[in-house]
Amino acid sequence: MYEFTHHAATSVADAVGALGEGKFLAGGQTLLPTMKQRLAMPGHLVDLGKVAELRGVEEKGDVLVVKAMTRHVEVATSALVARAVPGLEKLAGMIGDPAVRNRGTIGGSIANNDPTADYPAACLALKATIVTNTRRISADDYFTGLFSTALEDGELITAVEFPKAKLHYAKFPNPASRYAMVGVAIVKGADGVRVAVTGSGGDGVFRWSEAEAKLKADFSAGALEGMKADAAGMMSDIHGSAEYRAHLVGVMARRALSES
Amino acid sequence: MAKVSMVVNGKPVSGEVEPRTLLVHFLRETLRLTGTHVGCDTSQCGACVVHVDGAAIKSCTTLAVSCEGAHVTTIEGLAQGDRLHPMQEAFRDNHGLQCGFCTPGMIMTAVDMVNRKGNRLDETTIRHELEGNICRCTGYHNIVKAVAAGAANMPAKAAAE
Repeated sequence: MYEFTHHAATSVADAVGALGEGKFLAGGQTLLPTMKQRLAMPGHLVDLGKVAELRGVEEKGDVLVVKAMTRHVEVATSALVARAVPGLEKLAGMIGDPAVRNRGTIGGSIANNDPTADYPAACLALKATIVTNTRRISADDYFTGLFSTALEDGELITAVEFPKAKLHYAKFPNPASRYAMVGVAIVKGADGVRVAVTGSGGDGVFRWSEAEAKLKADFSAGALEGMKADAAGMMSDIHGSAEYRAHLVGVMARRALSES
Repeated sequence: MAKVSMVVNGKPVSGEVEPRTLLVHFLRETLRLTGTHVGCDTSQCGACVVHVDGAAIKSCTTLAVSCEGAHVTTIEGLAQGDRLHPMQEAFRDNHGLQCGFCTPGMIMTAVDMVNRKGNRLDETTIRHELEGNICRCTGYHNIVKAVAAGAANMPAKAAAE
């Protein structure tokens, strides 16, 4: 690892004030490996690990608030999460492996917007609101491409607000990394039916409108029989071709509805 | 350099580290606790698993400075004097290793598993929970047997910490 400086933030205000040209360190499960490989080389890290106001889940009227530094394990084992947004706890329990879930955080995942991460699919399907230190951003406007988001430099995610609804999610994990080869999140909520796909899109998480149209008429796995996504724009690598992933999107969408 | 203090295997320790020092390097090089291994260094293999404040984490993907004030348990902290921890004993009895490189991480993950899931662990649960620990020798068969046996032999509550 190369040299950098480190500040242990004590509050959101302290973290934002201390950032300078640096980067926020949440759980570090992506940022630290990325820095080891020199794919990112911040000279300064502002560590959010001790910022108590960024931890925890709570209910606020019609929404479930998951604060940014809440670890995956905390979401996966939260009775409140399982009651307010059933399915979200299962999704959190599928991220990485147990040791990664003990460190990784929702804010870190959303800020990084890895095209194969699980949380972006949940946020987009549920039409979550990403709350930062300066504003509120709808998930519809937040995910802007591969590893890219609507966040400005120095802007810090403080929480994610999920409207209460049931989340159906199925994922085909890469057997080594546990990242999604394809993950499909489906929600029938106040906003109609929303289907979000992670793991396969060349531009990151996206909505599958053909499936949404079918499910609007008949919200069941059967309504998606024989469907697959368009292979154009799908990622293609040694783990799976674009055609393979496009097929898997259909399989995972049906599985999301039949098994969860 | 930054000063970092933590409690490792029940003993208060402190040291001067660079911010870039990973927890595993603080344990191995500063404290000379070399039972914790670095395998892949990319947080996939799990050879570096230790417990921080009671939860299993990958010490190659955690900064030492992030663990200021934490309680850390390493593989060296499991045995009581000459008496092996039940999970260590089970790995020996079931020959749950070949080269032994992944074993400290396997055992720390297994103890964490029992802490969270209890003493009766079926094969499916064990295999699922071992997703973050890679062994290139055994094919996992004896590791899974060892974890089940060690879990059954651990005290019903409060295992390692």
